[in-house]
Parts: sequence; structure tokens; C-alpha cells
Amino acid sequence: MSTETKKYPVGMHPALPPPSGSVGPVRWMRDNLFSSVSNTVLTFLGLYIIYLVVPPFIEWAFIDSVVLGAESRKECLKIMGEDRGACWSFVYHRWGQFVYGFYPMEERWRVDVSFVLTALTIAIVLVEKLRAIKAVLIAAILFPVISFFLITGGSFGLAEVPTNKWGGILLTFIVGLTGIFVSLPIAIVLALSRISKLPIFSFFATIFIEFIRGVPLITLLFIASTLLSYFLPPGSNFDLLLRVLIMVTIFSAAYIAEVIRGGLAAIPTGQYEAADALGLSYWQSMRLIILPQALKISIPGIVGSFIGLFKDTTLVVIIGLLDPLGIGMAAIATTDWAGLSTELYVFIGVFFFIFCFGMSRYSLHLEKKLNTGHKQ
Amino acid sequence: MSGTQVQENKTVTLGSLWRDKKTRGMILQIFAVIGILIFIGIIISNTVENLDRLGVKVGFDFLSEPANYDINQTLISYDSSDSHFRAALVGLLNTLLVAGCGIVVATIFGFTAGVLRLSNNFVLNRLMQVYVEVTRNIPVLLQILLWHGIIINSLPVPKKAEALVEGVFMTNRGVFLPQPIPQEGFGWVWIALLVGIVFAVFFKRYANKVQMQTGKLLPAIWIGATAIIGLPVLTFLALGSPLEVSYPALKGFNFKGGFVVKPEFMALWFALSIYTGAFIAEIVRAGIQSVSHGQTEAAHALGIRPNFTMRLVVIPQALRVIIPPLISQYLNLTKNSSLAIAIGYMDLVATIGGISLNQTGRALESMGIVLGVYLFISIVISALMNVYNKRVALVSR
Repeated sequence: MSTETKKYPVGMHPALPPPSGSVGPVRWMRDNLFSSVSNTVLTFLGLYIIYLVVPPFIEWAFIDSVVLGAESRKECLKIMGEDRGACWSFVYHRWGQFVYGFYPMEERWRVDVSFVLTALTIAIVLVEKLRAIKAVLIAAILFPVISFFLITGGSFGLAEVPTNKWGGILLTFIVGLTGIFVSLPIAIVLALSRISKLPIFSFFATIFIEFIRGVPLITLLFIASTLLSYFLPPGSNFDLLLRVLIMVTIFSAAYIAEVIRGGLAAIPTGQYEAADALGLSYWQSMRLIILPQALKISIPGIVGSFIGLFKDTTLVVIIGLLDPLGIGMAAIATTDWAGLSTELYVFIGVFFFIFCFGMSRYSLHLEKKLNTGHKQ
Repeated sequence: MSGTQVQENKTVTLGSLWRDKKTRGMILQIFAVIGILIFIGIIISNTVENLDRLGVKVGFDFLSEPANYDINQTLISYDSSDSHFRAALVGLLNTLLVAGCGIVVATIFGFTAGVLRLSNNFVLNRLMQVYVEVTRNIPVLLQILLWHGIIINSLPVPKKAEALVEGVFMTNRGVFLPQPIPQEGFGWVWIALLVGIVFAVFFKRYANKVQMQTGKLLPAIWIGATAIIGLPVLTFLALGSPLEVSYPALKGFNFKGGFVVKPEFMALWFALSIYTGAFIAEIVRAGIQSVSHGQTEAAHALGIRPNFTMRLVVIPQALRVIIPPLISQYLNLTKNSSLAIAIGYMDLVATIGGISLNQTGRALESMGIVLGVYLFISIVISALMNVYNKRVALVSR
């Protein structure tokens, strides 16, 4: 049997397909996994680590785990039998506390409404098309105010709920969101003061920022819980949550101020000079020329600070506020659920990961969208 | 037109003062100073009044009173009859210990992960990305608690522990290690080490000079390393090994002898290193990526070999970008070590800012000390940072 051969004139042979080893998945694997001996070893090492960690974790967290039908850890163990998986029942069992803390049962709809309003506000702020409509924008400003009255109560015929009943995810959101939104304007003022040509302003702003950044947040929270009452007029009784909110806000303001200062420093002097040449006043030039550019380049840093602040809300548990971690620690301190610390920490960890990872992805997206191509 | 201008300049009204940039600046600053002074005054008068009302005296005399509490990990000798001041000192040393150990391991983790993140090996690249994203997005307090829980719950009790290597036991009361106990004459080994280091430094300088003059490269790193390791080892052997080792042995419910690393310390050390390592990995990645590819190509075009290109061209330029944020991560790690209080590791905040404060009720003074110490550490490190930045700053044209 002879293969059919065709004669081509010299140089007229049609292009042959590339050798199978130089395209497609084989080529990719050769380039990315087995390009050298050491690389091959590292690949197998990596795969081995994945094999060591991932299947046991999936087995523990999903396959062998128990969610429903157990009222205590003992019952969990009974259901699981030989395979020891995670006992998620306590999360299910105490779900109400994880979300609302000790907010009275019959008033929880108020928190639900506030959650929905907050979600709407965030959606409006993030989606450009919605933001363009004035009525919607006004609603976005009103929603937090409504939420505030809803949650605190004591007016409009709503029963008052004292702050020591607040807890769980509600508390995390209150501390995190208040810190984020109140600290930003303070941070802008601090940053402008620090680079101001007026020495007194820059002196005090520098001292304030360096002091706050130089000490751990936990010491500031201790000040809020033990010392702040010394500094206030005698007889005044300041709510602990409010004291914590103040401390968290100035803490994050100091960090964001430094981020914004970096952004301001990156604006070429020509922009300042051009604003002056146009006859703009200080505030006009800041509002119209400098800050829009400076804030734009500071966005990654600002979101980074927000993520940090959101994670730091867990510290309030150390001074006795009941955020989800505090609720969970109280749960695993009971005899029913003792010994479930790993489950608790993994659960809370996943909760924070979802929000923080989401924020960091959004910041990447924003960075790409706002990149007007002036970058060098 | 010119007439009006002259008139405006001559009549000084409040409005014209306000329109003048310099005067307005002065006025604003005076108001700011007055405002701040009033604010501080109110706080001080409130504090004095409050302290008066509560009958609390202010002063640091309580520091010399006995502390009356135990600390489970002490680097210097301490017992409960020692003063609050000594307790604070023990706490400070514990803070510095965990910060120091954490910085070393976090740097190793961070540089490894940062470099692997840039490798063309798909598996490792993605693995490192997962490590960085997961640890960066979970609160460090949670990670500390998680590691503490894992160590306490999954390691065996001392009675059931089996030796990993001879004399090494991993238990839920800590990791027990053989402890070397220096005998008489061991001091000479330290002196030999010092001599080795001094020799290595001077040899490196000499090698640099030779290279500048003749272009010859002397193996300075190898000779230096040999001196630093070899001299102490030789001295040690010449003195007849003046070192005894104390092995941990099970007595009752716990091990006696040897050297123990407490679970609190391990959990804190591990969690802080992993957490900060993830941030350092991103810094290292950004630093290496910031060196333009043209630099490498130029070096190759000059005929510089690849490993020298890395060492003499890429790394020095990357370090200029890496080091400032790296130092600020070190500071963050030190500050985060204050979360020790959550798992009962007795650091500065847990000793003087925790138990001492609660026992004596001296909140102002105790918190003042804690804040002062942290501020001092931050200021010293940022001062060093500024010196470094000035040294490596690009001379801009």
C-alpha cells in the first residue's frame, strides 16, 4: 500500500498544521507546568498541597457535616456517627442572634427594612444609571436617615431599642458603614490640613494623624470603654456604642487621610497653578480641579482602608460588644455547643471574606473604569 | 480704574483683610489655635473634676507596688510579688518577641509567595493567589483565634504525646524542645561569633575596594559566611563542647525540663506571620513588576549574566519600591500583636493595659504608658524609614 503523494512546485506547498506539541493544551502544559525539572517538581508539590487541603476540607465542611436536626453538639455527633464533620447546627439554631443580636423579636422587621434600604442605597451609589436620576439620588441620601430612626426607635411611635441589644451582623454593618461614610469627609479635611501652607493647620493635622496611626486600634477601643468618660462633662452618660463609633471613625479617618494625601501629592503642580491662573478660590480649585483627580487615584487605597476597617469591626468583641463573633463565642461557651470553635471561626471567616473580597474586586473594576489613560 | 484700586488698598476694612490671602491665613490660624486650646482646656477641666469626684489620685507610684498576678511566659525573671513596672516590662518584651519572630517569618512567607506569584507555573501561581486573597480578606483576630483553637483542640495532651524527633513533643500545652544550657566558657563562642561578623564586614569592604580598582570579584559572601559560622564552631570544639542539653521528660500531667513554646505564642506568631505575609507578597510582586523590562534587557545587552542581572540590577531597584511599604507592614504586625489579649498571651496591652489597669484602677496612667510605648516604637521606625528613603531616593531631574 502506498500513500498518495502529490507533487508541488518548489515553495508552493500549502502550510502544514503545526506539530501537535506546539499548540493547544499540550503546549500550554509544557509552558506553564513542566517547563523545567524544578518547575515540574514544584507543580507536583503544588498539586500535592491541594490534595492535602482541599478534599479533607470539603469532606469536613459539606459531606460529613450536619446542619439541620440537631439541638446540641451531642446530637450532631450522634447523627454524624463515625465520620467527624462540621456541626453547623449552632449557626442554624442561633441564626436570629447572628443577624440581629438581642434586638427584640417583634421589632426585627425594622432591622430587615433597614437592611433592604441599605442595600438599595449601595445599589444606587454603585450603578451609574440610577445615580443620574435626581429623585433616586435624594432617596439614597434619605435612606440612611430613615434606617437610623428605624433602628434606634423612640420616635414616630416606634419603641426605643437600647444599643446594648444591638448585635450580630447588624452591629458589624452599623460600625462598618458609619465608620466608612463618616470618616471620608473627615479624612479629606485632615489631608488638606496636613498639606496646607498654614503651619498651624498642618502641625495639628500631622500630630493627630501620626498619633492615631501610631497606636493599635484595640488601645483606642480601650480608651473608648474606660477613659472617655473621664474626658466628658461630669454626669454625662455616653452610650458605649457611640463611643466606639467615634473611635473607629477617627481611626479610619487618619488612615484614609494619608491615602488621600498620597493622591494629592501625585497631582502635578501645574494643576494647582492652572487653577490659580483661572482665578479660582482655594475651595473652588480644590472642589473643581484638585480633589476629583486626587480622589480618583486614591480609590484603591481608600477601598483598601475600608476593607481594613470592616475587618477591624471584629475587635469590638474584646470590649464586650456582641458582633457575630461575640454572639458565636457566647454560643460555644454554653454546654450545648461547647467545642465548636473551628466551625464558628470558619463561618465568620466566610462571612467577612465574601464582603471584603467583593469590595476589593469592585475597587479593581472601578480602577479600570476610571483609568482615563493619563497614567504614565 | 486705577483710582478705585488705590482707594481699596488704602482703606483697611474687615472685608479687605479677609480678601488678603496672608491676613486671612493668619486669622484662620489664630482661630484654630484658640479653638484647640479651648477644646483641650475643657477636656482637662472635665478630667480633673471627674477624678476629684471619684477621689482618684493621679501618679505613677502604683508602678512600684506588687502586681500580684502571674504571667505564663516571661523572658526575664518575674513572679507575682514583683512590681507592676516589671510586669509591664515583661509584657513589652513579650510584644517585642512575638513581633520580632513574626516579622522574620512573615518576610519569608511574603517573599516566597510574592516571587511564586510571578512564576509561570500555573499551579503555584494560582495557589499563591488563593493564599493571598483568602488571608487578606479575613480579620486577623479571627485567624488568631482559629489557630489557637486548632492548636488547643487538635494536638494531644502531654500524656499522650509522642516524640516527633528525639526530645521534641507537640502537645496542646505547647511545643517542648530540648534546651541547650551553656556551661562555663561558652562566652568565648559568642566572642568568636562577634569576631567572625566583624571580619566578614571588613572583608566585604575590602572586596568592594578591590572590585572598584581592578574589576576582580572576590567571593566575599562565601568567605564571610565561613568566618561567621566557622569561627564559633571551631571555638566551640576547641573548648570541648561546653554545652549541656536538657531534654523534656513527662512528669505527672506535664513535661518538665527542656524549653517550651506556649500555644498562645505559637498561635499569635503563626497567625500574624501568615496574615502579614499575604500583604508582603503583594508588595513584593508590585515591587518586582515595577522594574521595567528594559532594565533587564539592557543588562543582558551589556553582557551581564542572568543571576548578576537579578542581583545587581533588578533587586536593588525593586527594593526601593518594596522597602517603605514593607516597613509599614512590620509596624502593622507589631500593632496587631496587641490582639494577643484575645487568647491570653501576656503582651504589653494585656499586662499593664489589662490586668494592672483593672487591679489598680489607674486607667489614665496605664493607658498612657501603653500608648506612649507604641508611639515610641512607631516614631523610631518611621524616623529610620525617612533616613532610608532619603538615601535611596532617585535624584530627580
